[in-house]
Amino acid sequence: MAQDVTFRVETRTPAARIAGIAALICIVVLFALPAFASRSLIQDLFFILTMLVLAQFWNLLAGYGGLVSVGQQAFVGFGAYAMFGAAILWGLDPVLAIPLAGVAALLLAVPTAFFVFRLQGAYFAIGTWVVAEVVRLSVAQWRAVGGGSGTSLPRDVIGDMLGLALVQDLFGVRAAAARDILAYWLAVILAVLTIGGIYWLLRTKRGLALASVRDNVEAAKSLGVDALRMKWLVFLTSAFGTGVAGALIYLQKGRISPDAAFSVTDWTAIVIFIVVIGGIGTIEGPIIGVLIFFALQSVFAGYGTWYLMLLGAFGIVIMLFAPRGLWGLFSDKTGIQLFPIRRRLIVTGQDGATIREKDNG
Amino acid sequence: MTLLHTRGLTAHYGDFQALFGVDLDLQEGECIAIIGANGAGKTTTLRSISGVLRNRPEAVVFDGEKIGHLPAADIMGRGLVMVPEGRRLFPSLSVEENLSIGTYGRKVSGYWNFDTVTALFPILRERRKSPATALSGGQQQMVAIGRALMSNPRVLLCDEISLGLAPVVIRDIYAAMPQIRESGASVVIVEQDISQALKVADRVYCLMEGRVTLTGRPTELNRDAIHAAYFGVSA
Amino acid sequence: MMWIDTLVQGVLLGGLYALFAAGLSLVFGIMRLVNLAHGDLIVLGAYVILIIVSALGLNPFLAALVALPIMFTIGWVLQRVVLNRVLGEDILPPLLVTFGLSVVIQNALMQGYSADSQRLRPGPIESASLDLGVVTVGVMPLLTFASAVVVIVALNQLFYRTALGRAFRATSDDPVTAQLMGIKPASVFAMATGIAMIVVTIAAMYLGMRANFDPTIGPARLIYAFEAVIIGGLGSLWGTLVGGVIIGVAQTVGAAINLEWQILAGHVAFLVVLAFRPRGLFPRAND
Repeated sequence: MAQDVTFRVETRTPAARIAGIAALICIVVLFALPAFASRSLIQDLFFILTMLVLAQFWNLLAGYGGLVSVGQQAFVGFGAYAMFGAAILWGLDPVLAIPLAGVAALLLAVPTAFFVFRLQGAYFAIGTWVVAEVVRLSVAQWRAVGGGSGTSLPRDVIGDMLGLALVQDLFGVRAAAARDILAYWLAVILAVLTIGGIYWLLRTKRGLALASVRDNVEAAKSLGVDALRMKWLVFLTSAFGTGVAGALIYLQKGRISPDAAFSVTDWTAIVIFIVVIGGIGTIEGPIIGVLIFFALQSVFAGYGTWYLMLLGAFGIVIMLFAPRGLWGLFSDKTGIQLFPIRRRLIVTGQDGATIREKDNG
Repeated sequence: MTLLHTRGLTAHYGDFQALFGVDLDLQEGECIAIIGANGAGKTTTLRSISGVLRNRPEAVVFDGEKIGHLPAADIMGRGLVMVPEGRRLFPSLSVEENLSIGTYGRKVSGYWNFDTVTALFPILRERRKSPATALSGGQQQMVAIGRALMSNPRVLLCDEISLGLAPVVIRDIYAAMPQIRESGASVVIVEQDISQALKVADRVYCLMEGRVTLTGRPTELNRDAIHAAYFGVSA
Repeated sequence: MMWIDTLVQGVLLGGLYALFAAGLSLVFGIMRLVNLAHGDLIVLGAYVILIIVSALGLNPFLAALVALPIMFTIGWVLQRVVLNRVLGEDILPPLLVTFGLSVVIQNALMQGYSADSQRLRPGPIESASLDLGVVTVGVMPLLTFASAVVVIVALNQLFYRTALGRAFRATSDDPVTAQLMGIKPASVFAMATGIAMIVVTIAAMYLGMRANFDPTIGPARLIYAFEAVIIGGLGSLWGTLVGGVIIGVAQTVGAAINLEWQILAGHVAFLVVLAFRPRGLFPRAND
């Protein structure tokens, strides 16, 4: 019987097809939103989207690459400062400086990796944190961008920003609101590119190699997967994306200081909890997580840092009792995957019968 | 009187079932041997009794108490003490410290103490300050047995204590068995070396593919029967 | 002359960092757990002492004595209820849970005591100093350093001279066999974390007496502690003291050149050691 059966390897699921269509609609709506949404909604969505991007990249690092970093604020801050530096010192358009910020973060990631890849597991985590502190303290010495007290984007730089006049004309809004809309659009593009890019990466052969490195380094090595190279790939990719996100976040804020731009709480702790609560090692998880985070923050807005405490406690509870997060719980119960990257073996040669291969994702 | 018995002992490693209902009986003061080919489930049986692998409570009964579900430390506390396969001495502890671990956290009374153990294996007194892993294989095995004896076990569970040792060393180690039994300990040994097992045990259980295929007194068993129970085919 | 003074101050500061690090090193050595909330637990300790000082009107030294059993219990319960559940092959759960703990402790202290700076006041001893001829050193820094040495000697005695220490080492070597020998890793680990919290309390007392503290300063203390542990070599307590001294000296030398370089210089010293001696200065043979 075995010789009559033919197979096809597939990663698509029916839910994923529906999700794909829904995602397209969603993207169109997100782009069109500034036409009828309030400025505060746009600001909220900007915040959600940029946090989502940070969460996706941390998830790529830790959830897929097994690299638990608590120093991603290094790349947020460095990217943001690179953008400020380019705009203030060279008079570069901040929008055009955003990709440059990604490159700057990438360049920082190379020596960082040299140091932290010498450390294993938990020590890697604190090692990344040390590097972030070093970068923060060094940037605080950089007088041209305000040193320890920080600086703002110059008025003329902001006013001449690429596309700003267009947005102003389009919606008939003032410059400040137009800047929010512009930043928001860039955030939508960044989020789409991030999720799409990571999804694509994970579905390639490289993505499979990545999963095998995370699951068992030794076994992966014996299959010819170069674990160290995969680590580099993931680390540099995440640094680039995190740097771009950092630049965009501070483009919208317009003001920067070392303590804020290199904040471990804002750019790493919260991001980690978003991923863990939503579901680490899935693309859906960070999306769920960021929505929960935003809800918590909004509900407890008037109560100081209670939302942070709750977020931390919630993260601990999830880690103890549902280590695959809320999306993991949901996915286990329903079998639904919106971004399937697990390969399934489909038997095509036998009355359409399908055999489900054991998950290898 | 039956000191220890197992009923329907099962064990799984993931999807793989290693034991399919093993029934053993150990009388007070008795020494039984479990023999069988590689992968027959001998070590798994001992791991199940000693609590490394958990079972239903009634699968293991010791002194009238159901203990199949208890964790290893609690089972050790009841007097069933393991000499694990491969000796598993603690490398950062000296010989003397390895021995004393057997008495950690409990009041121990009985025949065995540092003096009587080192009288049984005199070389351990000489090497008491050495790191345990600096000793030869045979001496390490003596430490492992001594470490278990220090807690004055009611049942000593010996897993492959002859493995990887020279015949003359094996003889020395088994020479200690009579004195161990005299001290009141009942003994379960798992052995690949059939002749050694037949020599020392009162009764023998032969396992094949996770089932008991033969039991009896060494004098009642002939070579062919053992061979058949071992490999599933007769010689 | 000024350089000798800088060096001595740095060495003595290293004693404080060694105190921060000893608890971290102890816990890591026994259960391979890196507690990201370690710095916040030190700060929590300082607040516990502060509460006792203001409630009972005690001197900080006596208040710390009262705090010891409280902090031991906190550590013991924390290990039993939370941390024992996340130990294992996967490093992610313990990291995330302790990171969560860090955020919870920080913000709970923030809610309870605001971001205001606090200080433990031990009285005249605070400003007392000893003239040693070449240099004049403060009594407090000297006391801190002496305490670090005493703590390390005591921990080594505990490790190598007691039954509990043997159980620590045995469980660290091979937890499965340790259980076969009747040792319950869950209880051993709880004891270890309890003892680590005693060290944390001592560290907290000096932290609070030597400088201002507020709820947010924990993570920086974790980083100093971590650097000291890595420089010294994982699991070596004397190495940890050396690591602390290196960080301390780097910081005072950095500060002598430019006050803003103090912290940075400590981190740079760590990175230099990491680049040339990735396993630290006194690595254990079997790690």
